[in-house]
Amino acid sequence: MRLNDEEKAMLAGELGEIRRWAMAHQIAVGEFFDAADFVAVSQAHIMADTESLGEAGVRFLEGLAAAPQPARQVRVPAITDPRGIDFAIYRRLGQNAAMAALERRAIAALSACGVLMTDTCINYQTIMAPLRCEHLAYGDTGSVIYANSVLGARSNFEGGPSALAAALTGRTPRYGYHLDEGRRATRRFELAVSPRDLSEWGALGAIVGEACGSYWQVPVIEGLTTVPGSDALKHFGAALASFGSVALFHMPGMTAEGAVFAGSPPKPVQIGPPEIAAFLARYGASGDKLDVVVFAAPQLSLYEIAAVADALDGRLVDPGTTVIVATSPEIKHAADRMGLTSRIEASGAVVAQGICFYQSYAREMAEAKGWTRLMTNSAKLVNILGGYGYRSSLASLERCIDSAVAGKVL
Amino acid sequence: MPILLRCHRGIGLEVSGIALVAADNFSARYDLDRSRGIFSRPSHKLAGESYVDRILVLDGAKGGVATAWMLRDMRARGIVPRALIFNRVNPILAQGAAFGGVALVDRFTGDVTQLLRTGDMLRVDPTAGRVEILNRDA
Repeated sequence: MRLNDEEKAMLAGELGEIRRWAMAHQIAVGEFFDAADFVAVSQAHIMADTESLGEAGVRFLEGLAAAPQPARQVRVPAITDPRGIDFAIYRRLGQNAAMAALERRAIAALSACGVLMTDTCINYQTIMAPLRCEHLAYGDTGSVIYANSVLGARSNFEGGPSALAAALTGRTPRYGYHLDEGRRATRRFELAVSPRDLSEWGALGAIVGEACGSYWQVPVIEGLTTVPGSDALKHFGAALASFGSVALFHMPGMTAEGAVFAGSPPKPVQIGPPEIAAFLARYGASGDKLDVVVFAAPQLSLYEIAAVADALDGRLVDPGTTVIVATSPEIKHAADRMGLTSRIEASGAVVAQGICFYQSYAREMAEAKGWTRLMTNSAKLVNILGGYGYRSSLASLERCIDSAVAGKVL
Repeated sequence: MPILLRCHRGIGLEVSGIALVAADNFSARYDLDRSRGIFSRPSHKLAGESYVDRILVLDGAKGGVATAWMLRDMRARGIVPRALIFNRVNPILAQGAAFGGVALVDRFTGDVTQLLRTGDMLRVDPTAGRVEILNRDA
């Protein structure tokens, strides 16, 4: 890779050991993907939940935090993805003191490096939406695909270590979705259906994602008859990224960039009501006792929180079912102030802040609480939890709430 | 003479070990029980198999970014694959391999999940972009 004078200085350790590590890590990744050079980034979004970090990851962060303050300070605004613990409710969710202790150590270390603890995967809705052509180091697949597609910003999937390295160097290797040629469309889908709710938008994303099946595929989705809205594309993109590892899609006339194909446009794949119904049928379980209902993945916007409050008003969740609503700290504070939290929690549900369920020791929670059957309106969540021992059902928000009140999957 | 496969230059140091192969994708969060060291996702083609100390040979990466941290912790706890061989990975697996010190190669001529078999003894040289099948002759 070509390095400028500042990058050479960082690699030589002239700006400290931490920035030397960061530059060396980024060069290893950049050379793997044939990056010619680096590009400056305006912000970094760091995934660093302690379930993923483990003891080794937390010790690594503590090593950074032990350096002198000028050497460890991030160079561009750096924020965090959801954490593993909401300290106000973790015991109620079956998490334990050891998990909370590890979480506190990680928070202290990241904070010491100047990282802002936003604890959110919907930073584009709640913190700072990037602009078209703005180069980023985003570290949540849902936030990357939304920023790339809806907003026209430019980021690869930057896992925690790499997003942190980008925050420390202020740059990232220029490959993949930082390049014009990497953003050209490769697949084409035509809709003969209008998803009716967020679970169906997620199902649509999952169908396209499974068909693409690669980070390097860029689908174009044609045939939309209405403007979906931010929450719909949030769920669509999150499922597309989860099921397909896809980081960019185009919806001509709605998303930020025109769809330029890499070659001749391929024949479109049709997606209609039968495909949506077939996907949802994979996650049906009518009549099963319902252990836990989760609204998360991605964290809920203020509008989604309001919809949950409306659906729960005047109703009580079955004593055998736990309902968890996960959102960002900013939205939680707004929901508290507007009375939405109290309306939701009057039903017996709990509103969690700064976590996103699957990043929160989902396996250990299931074992501690005896949870097996889970219901959600998030296609991303049902995909992830398959490996955690859950049997997951996907349905609309309203059907999830009705089922929580009944204590069984309706 | 061992069978030699060429690939793109990879990440990590040369290692040798036994292959565990499937035409399926991979995410440490989605697919593994990292306390028991096995594939736990029921729909995965390697469900129930131990991945510890094996050279994993798979098609591509799944969604999710957690693998970027997890490989290092898995290595620290001694429950990590010895190397990763894929048809093509996403940035997360490359970042995780670089951070975790796990050998990784991809981009072969042909489908590597068909070229290699479970039980093959392999030597992986990421710097040279080479994988040798030591138990079969060319």
